[in-house]
Amino acid sequence: MADGVKPRVKAPKSAAAGEVVVIKTLISHNMESGQRKDSDGNVIPRSIINRFTAEYNGKMVIDVELAPAISTNPYFEFEAIVPEAGDFKFTWYDDDGSVYEDAKSVAIA
Amino acid sequence: MNFKTLSLISAVALALPTLGMADPDNDTLVINEEIEIVTKTEPAPHVADALPEVMSGWHFREDETQSMQMDDFDNPGMIFVEKGVDVWNTVEGSEGKSCASCHGAPEEMAGVRAVYPKWNEAAGEVRTIQMQMNDCRENRMGAEPWAYDKGNATPVEALLASVSRGLPVNVAIDGPAKETWEKGKEIYYTRYGQLELSCANCHEQNYGNMIRADHLSQGQINGFPTYRLKNARLNGAHNRFKGCIRDTRGHTFSEGSPEFVALELYVASRGNGLSVEGPSVRN
Repeated sequence: MADGVKPRVKAPKSAAAGEVVVIKTLISHNMESGQRKDSDGNVIPRSIINRFTAEYNGKMVIDVELAPAISTNPYFEFEAIVPEAGDFKFTWYDDDGSVYEDAKSVAIA
Repeated sequence: MNFKTLSLISAVALALPTLGMADPDNDTLVINEEIEIVTKTEPAPHVADALPEVMSGWHFREDETQSMQMDDFDNPGMIFVEKGVDVWNTVEGSEGKSCASCHGAPEEMAGVRAVYPKWNEAAGEVRTIQMQMNDCRENRMGAEPWAYDKGNATPVEALLASVSRGLPVNVAIDGPAKETWEKGKEIYYTRYGQLELSCANCHEQNYGNMIRADHLSQGQINGFPTYRLKNARLNGAHNRFKGCIRDTRGHTFSEGSPEFVALELYVASRGNGLSVEGPSVRN
């Protein structure tokens, strides 16, 4: 697991049924591109988050493939429809095989 | 004058406001919908001749950049503040202490950032907050001092700034600090480098104008440490001073040097009355 990786999510605690809500996610991550060299001239191996997904009650909301040109600490903001009460599950996949997860519950107001 | 020329002139007149895009705006900054930030204020007496109004650099940025600072989740500088919290609670050095062992929760340090740089009676010098942090590390924790504006020093400074947000910058410039302040003022008005530019040439005489593709602000440091979009990390005030002098094609002082300590005191005093804003978000 890379150093200092911490996922964060901001989602509303409640919404009306069928409401479109804004979800913000951020994961602190170096996103080492694999293009850089260290002071000895050796290539610093690529280490990025390569995929991000968000599911709501098991249904895929967004599935993103990330590429090496994406900057450090990738941030995603997107909208999702909340049809009923349930749980968002957020997953980040690291190049080194690590998987970081976060979850948020949304109640129907 | 025919109609065509007339409409051309009015078109130019209409376009003028957009030419003045570098001018500061009149937005208000409220962070997390609760912390009200003073971003424009009356100048303190010692800068009254120099600036009609003291303005945070926040006013000189685009709306998109400004909005990033209005919510901690959107402010990438807060990632470093969280790192600062980890460092705050980490025990280091021979005495088995962390910052928290003596100082408690970071929130108890509210107001501290606002009065630095500050005269230290025991040491007989003006100290920046990073110098004070290193004094703690060496003498109370028995730990290695941090390099200036590097590594963990900037995140912890950002943490201390974040708990003081909304409180007015109020550095003392009289008494024993006066000598250092005068030295800082002299540096501020000294032209450096092949381009022969002083701080004042840009930040006092030309704020609101463009310098190449960027807006010149008043160079206030109430928002430091600053998260800059150009390098995606926190930048300390000394680091920024160095960048400015380098841009004049001059030999710069180093971070933590007595010259920059004096300059930090002087520049901070020009912003007395503005709220502490750090970590701010800038270009």
